[in-house]
Amino acid sequence: MIKTDALIIGAGPTGLFTAHQLKLIGLDCEIVDNLDKIGGQCIELYPDKPIYDIPAVPECTGEELTNNLINQLKPFDINFHLSERVDEVKKNGDKWIVKTNKGTSFTTPNVIIAGGVGSFEPRKFSVEGHEKFENKSILYSIKDKNIFKGKTVSIFGGGDSALDWAVELSNNCNVNLIHRRDEFRGAQATVDKVHELAKSNKIKLFKKFQLKKLNGSSKIENIDIEDDDKQIKNLKTDYVLGFFGLIMQLGPIANWGLNIDKKTVEVDTEKFETNQKGIYAVGDICNYPGKLKLILSGFHEGALAARACFKLAKPNEKYRFEFTTSSKAIKNRLGVKSD
Amino acid sequence: MAKITYIEHNGTNHTVDVQNGLTVMEGAVQNNIPGIDADCGGGMACATCHVYVKEDWFNKINKKSEGEDDMLDQAYEPKKNSRLSCQIIVSDDLEGLIVDMPEKQT
Repeated sequence: MIKTDALIIGAGPTGLFTAHQLKLIGLDCEIVDNLDKIGGQCIELYPDKPIYDIPAVPECTGEELTNNLINQLKPFDINFHLSERVDEVKKNGDKWIVKTNKGTSFTTPNVIIAGGVGSFEPRKFSVEGHEKFENKSILYSIKDKNIFKGKTVSIFGGGDSALDWAVELSNNCNVNLIHRRDEFRGAQATVDKVHELAKSNKIKLFKKFQLKKLNGSSKIENIDIEDDDKQIKNLKTDYVLGFFGLIMQLGPIANWGLNIDKKTVEVDTEKFETNQKGIYAVGDICNYPGKLKLILSGFHEGALAARACFKLAKPNEKYRFEFTTSSKAIKNRLGVKSD
Repeated sequence: MAKITYIEHNGTNHTVDVQNGLTVMEGAVQNNIPGIDADCGGGMACATCHVYVKEDWFNKINKKSEGEDDMLDQAYEPKKNSRLSCQIIVSDDLEGLIVDMPEKQT
């Protein structure tokens, strides 16, 4: 069990700056994020897109913003728990016990939800009965490619993940690659490679087809795919892999007893606290009259929530407001010289 | 301004006036019409404002933006007449536009 002054859920810009604010006022914190990298939507959805409304930064991309925020955290020692999703938040006296899907657990007086629109999860197939085969014959990510050796694998999708795996698995499996339209959106070199392998029949290409039906009892035996003109083809297959990108799902947050309206969590505007004492929500996921879904609003909300955390983390100390320009204590924490 | 009709998957109709310059997505969100999530807020980064545009309208409205098809690959049940509603800008010419919404966005 990890003890910390505050646990932050979400390593997007708001979560990162909230961590900065916590460390600045002398609190420690840990950050959990379901993605395998730091940056949240900025890094997952628009790493290359320019942002124009970060105060004092005329223009920067999602990736640059993330890197700058990470740099700003450099003076501090912060543990990131990536590829982990917080599943459970339970009260225990005046503390919260937080558990992730990987079994990591925390005890903390403060939980700050900076979860954006929820956690990123793979987009799944929508055909009937897909749940039944999930994690057995239907997979959305690959942990061990050796299980496919000598088998027939049907890969759906047209982006880099689908293409990369089609190329890789064509070495020792029968690969069907099915995509809903003519063009692929992967790197040109990979697209060329796929077409080359299709020519030599190492990959069977089915363009303008989508999954229509899964057939099989305990595992998939064959599938029906359908094209735009409703023409159906039946493919024998052992595995079905779907690579349709990630979607955001509110997920377990819905079960923590918080007031939720339209996928956002209601908070006050003094502490950004939810209806549960010691649980805060900041950034895109919080909701209050006048809420703007801007990164700069998340920074403000995180700064105030961090101050609110102080009271619960150090009940016997008084929080004193200080500026980074003049405070010796803050400069010490930052590891910079005082004048 | 244009009158736009949004049809939910269950058949419920919503007809609203949407100002020129807004997107079809914004027209739905600002009028609290269910069925369009628009998680990324119109950045063409999430495919949760996915709609089906009736055939006769599909060829009349602006063409797909660069990269829109890439995002539509990730939409829920994309079809030939799929569009991201954040990429359709409203003008007087869109008077009477009808869009169908998918069963769900995620």
